[in-house]
Amino acid sequence: MYSDAQVAFLLDKRLVFVTGKGGVGKTTVASCLARVAARRGKRVIVCEVAGDERWHDEIEVAPRIHSIAVDPELAMREYLSDQVGGALSRVMVSSRVFMYLAAAAPGLRELLMIGKVWDLAQLDQRRTGDTPYDLVILDAPATGHALGMLRTPRTFRDVARVGPISRQAGKIDKFLTDPELTAIVAVAAPEEMPVNETIDFIAALGDEMHLEPDAVVVNGVYPDHFRDHEITAVEALGADLPQVRAALATHRRARHHRNQVRRLRRRAPALILPFLFEAELGDDSLEQLSRVLEPRLR
Amino acid sequence: MSSIEEIVERAEICICAGAGGVGKTSTSAAVALGAAARGRKAAVLTIDPAKRLANALGLEQLGNEPHRVSGIGGDGELWAMMLDAKRTFDDLVETYAADTRTRDAVLSNRIYQELSGAVSGSQEYMAMEKLYELHMEGRFDLLVLDTPPTRNALDFLDAPERLQRFIDSRSLRFFLSPGVKLLGRGSGILFAVLQRVTGIDLLRDLSDFFHSFGDMSAGFRARAERVNELLASEAATFVLVASPRRDAVDDAIFFHDQLVARGMPFGGVVVNRFHDATDAASNDVDLVAKLGRELAARLEANFDAFSVLTTRDRTNLRRLTERLSGEPVIVVPEFDGDVHDLDGLAAMVEHLYP
Repeated sequence: MYSDAQVAFLLDKRLVFVTGKGGVGKTTVASCLARVAARRGKRVIVCEVAGDERWHDEIEVAPRIHSIAVDPELAMREYLSDQVGGALSRVMVSSRVFMYLAAAAPGLRELLMIGKVWDLAQLDQRRTGDTPYDLVILDAPATGHALGMLRTPRTFRDVARVGPISRQAGKIDKFLTDPELTAIVAVAAPEEMPVNETIDFIAALGDEMHLEPDAVVVNGVYPDHFRDHEITAVEALGADLPQVRAALATHRRARHHRNQVRRLRRRAPALILPFLFEAELGDDSLEQLSRVLEPRLR
Repeated sequence: MSSIEEIVERAEICICAGAGGVGKTSTSAAVALGAAARGRKAAVLTIDPAKRLANALGLEQLGNEPHRVSGIGGDGELWAMMLDAKRTFDDLVETYAADTRTRDAVLSNRIYQELSGAVSGSQEYMAMEKLYELHMEGRFDLLVLDTPPTRNALDFLDAPERLQRFIDSRSLRFFLSPGVKLLGRGSGILFAVLQRVTGIDLLRDLSDFFHSFGDMSAGFRARAERVNELLASEAATFVLVASPRRDAVDDAIFFHDQLVARGMPFGGVVVNRFHDATDAASNDVDLVAKLGRELAARLEANFDAFSVLTTRDRTNLRRLTERLSGEPVIVVPEFDGDVHDLDGLAAMVEHLYP
């Protein structure tokens, strides 16, 4: 059982890979980690890769915090121009046959995206030139797809066997599977199914990649406002009272959440983010959550 | 209040779509469970690397064939299946391969192996395939499909076509066919570069793949068209699953518009995890006298915190119902824990089929 005072070593890595079941708050956690790292003076970039139409290049969104939404096609162009030079790569990109072939090679999209992320995490950056990033935080796809993304470089290394793709994929694989360089964070909600999925993910990560998560972040844990004897007194007032019903609901959910956190702590160090009773999670909420996380991060 | 019954009673296929984390799997299972309780023979199909339906039904393992769920009262039957995308794909190859040599060539090709087992794209494709196959067999009154959690909930509708395009691209097959030398005069410098970038083995595997797969292409294409026809037909209905958060409501409105634009039969929206409309705080009881000042204050503060969620959910629900004027919107309250067993599903059924 991991302790509730566990500290996670994430900020001394080059890449933090953040994944979790859809809707549990991966983006919230990635953004909190970025805030903490920036406060400690690090130059950070948060990468989004999930298939969204809103691609954008590197931009600074807050002091020392940058953001990029990686576009696989753009990543392919960059890769080709590095490999074969500008003029020829333009011919290839405009060739339908070549693009068909590229699209037909399964997993190439994932490889190009994770390759771009890897590139951002290199200290001798070829592309952005000026200042390298101290830390890259990847807001990765949901657990099933994330495992695929982690595995893709190895698959390509083996399938291509020879040639630049195999070599490059081998380098990326080595980087992703080196615990000194890459940290893996699983985000979970304190509910039965998300916790089961997180436990499955931890098992698959171990079986298929011989890796373990550096931390699990449990998002949206109900605070328990009432002790058991207080709840007994409150309950005695009768469940007709709306205030009583709300108190009982909070108390029951808090207890349920505590049990789920305990299940996770048997398998990985777990950090807690409290549920915020707010209509929308705004900038203030993210700031508040990142302050909760801060003492637990190194 | 709307009921899911009006939506599914005449349907043979119900497709549950929505963003991740809104309770899509539980909703799909509850829709099927409710239909079974009303005497129908219902099956729920899920496709999910994390095996969530097995979880929801309290089962350890689901195979690629429907499995009867025991402990359901009444005349109806509940069946559940978790899709094995690779096996479904292999079965299709078996069906459409002209001879055993082609079949073996495809099944042992590394590109095929990657493609058929890949997490994205082919899984969505195979979900539609299995749905079609089970529908044609006619063993069930109602098939409920829990769609994969993609960022865009309707991505799966395009999956067959996307995959089809790769398999079917004639120009690619021409360039890769054994008659055309990869480095011959015709292909020239482009392929020389390709070879340098990708490594020759990948190219050869692709070439083999397209060569042997190409012959089956017509069969696959015809089948994909029939699947599309089925989904657009009156036998099918789409149910969008959402939560009362603002972004989830935005998604539901967007998916609704997309479905309508594609001419797909839209059934309605299920809004899960609705914070139950708690009445206004009551002054009937003197809380301070009963509990003391400090605990009473905490009780009131906790109630106020809850009210924020109630207000939020009401506002978002109103926006949804106004935007989809006249379309059924079914509300399921937030439960104390998530729905992960038959009891939880039964609680959902009470709200889906009021």
